[in-house]
Amino acid sequence: MSSSTKKGPGLAGVIGYFENTQNLIEAMEKVRDAKWASFDAFSPFPVHGMDEAQGLKRSPIPFVTFAAGLTGFCLAFLLQYWTSAVDWPLIVGGKPFNSWPAFVPVMFELTVLFAGLCTVGAMFLFNRLPNITRKAFDPKLTRDRFAIVIEAPILDDEGEPKVAPKKGTREFDESAAADFLKKVGAVDVRTVYHEGWF
Amino acid sequence: MLSVHSVVSFDFAVANIPGWHTTIFPPYFVAGAIFSGFAMVVTLMVIAREVFDLKNYITINHLEKMNKIIMATGMMVGYAYACEFFIAWYSGNPFEKFAFINRAFGPYWWAYWIMATCNVVIPQIFWWKKARTSIPVMFVVSLFVNIGMWFERFVITVTSLHRDFLPSNWRYYVPTWFDWGITLGSFGWFFIWFLLFCRLLPVIAMAEVKGVMDHEQQH
Repeated sequence: MSSSTKKGPGLAGVIGYFENTQNLIEAMEKVRDAKWASFDAFSPFPVHGMDEAQGLKRSPIPFVTFAAGLTGFCLAFLLQYWTSAVDWPLIVGGKPFNSWPAFVPVMFELTVLFAGLCTVGAMFLFNRLPNITRKAFDPKLTRDRFAIVIEAPILDDEGEPKVAPKKGTREFDESAAADFLKKVGAVDVRTVYHEGWF
Repeated sequence: MLSVHSVVSFDFAVANIPGWHTTIFPPYFVAGAIFSGFAMVVTLMVIAREVFDLKNYITINHLEKMNKIIMATGMMVGYAYACEFFIAWYSGNPFEKFAFINRAFGPYWWAYWIMATCNVVIPQIFWWKKARTSIPVMFVVSLFVNIGMWFERFVITVTSLHRDFLPSNWRYYVPTWFDWGITLGSFGWFFIWFLLFCRLLPVIAMAEVKGVMDHEQQH
């Protein structure tokens, strides 16, 4: 996605529109195989098979969920253990101080709470939300159009790419990208600039 | 939902007062939650599909199926009531027996009979298809179910606490203004988030509707 810079219009990439998900998936596989450095797809609804077509790796969110759940679980146990067996031990009905079966409901609840909240937070974080700087460039993409954008690298003041492109990837060239998108079946190919409006 | 309600039921079941200390609570609470949850959904959807003009997306067919589930879980809850009563008698435990007779004929008999009528008797109307597919009928019945489930929780909480093992604790509990305020606040909390959702987010998920429609192309 193009980033908003304060410098003024700069090339953000080339966008190609598609009519339906079938064309989008097929074109996306070709874009991925051509090893363009940076590209993205847009559609109004999740498209089945898009992750493989784009070459996306698995999301790290499940690891966050697991770690957060484990944290909640341990914290709940520690809280109850410390209060019941260390800080203020009270003999209740002859039961031992560390009555862990009685601790189970709180451990369950904190596991679920931490896992749930951290999953939502991680989802926002990994999707770079809340987003107030990067503009969307075509409202129809959330309605009834699909698109692939081949992105141009963000340039610094000298005109050199800020982040060096990965080895083995194809360097961005505006006309080459536009021709490539036309070749894979885009019906409408345009150039995108950083302000986000054509 | 299953795990949360089972664990919440443990909050009651681990106590040893009669009426609370029973192993039926996890399935009882889960079934009751599904029952009252579906009734709440029917109430809200009947309104939402009018206001947002969603009659083609939330069809009478969907509502009819929800009503069937409401009746089914209502009968499960009714069976749980009967079970509890039977076990109280069969156990021979005088405290348990007293607790259940007290529920039906003690100071809170009115709450118990509202609960039983609203949860068990009223949903039986859904045996008739005309009732299941009639919007006014299902709206009224779902409201009664919500009232009945509220009273069920009231009955469980109050009738066991007001006649526990210590006679000095025996009182007739009347909710204070604080209790009513908290109850009203909890309804408000729910409606804040529901109304914000309706206002700001798409009420129908386009992707899900697309997913169940026929496609011209195969994947």
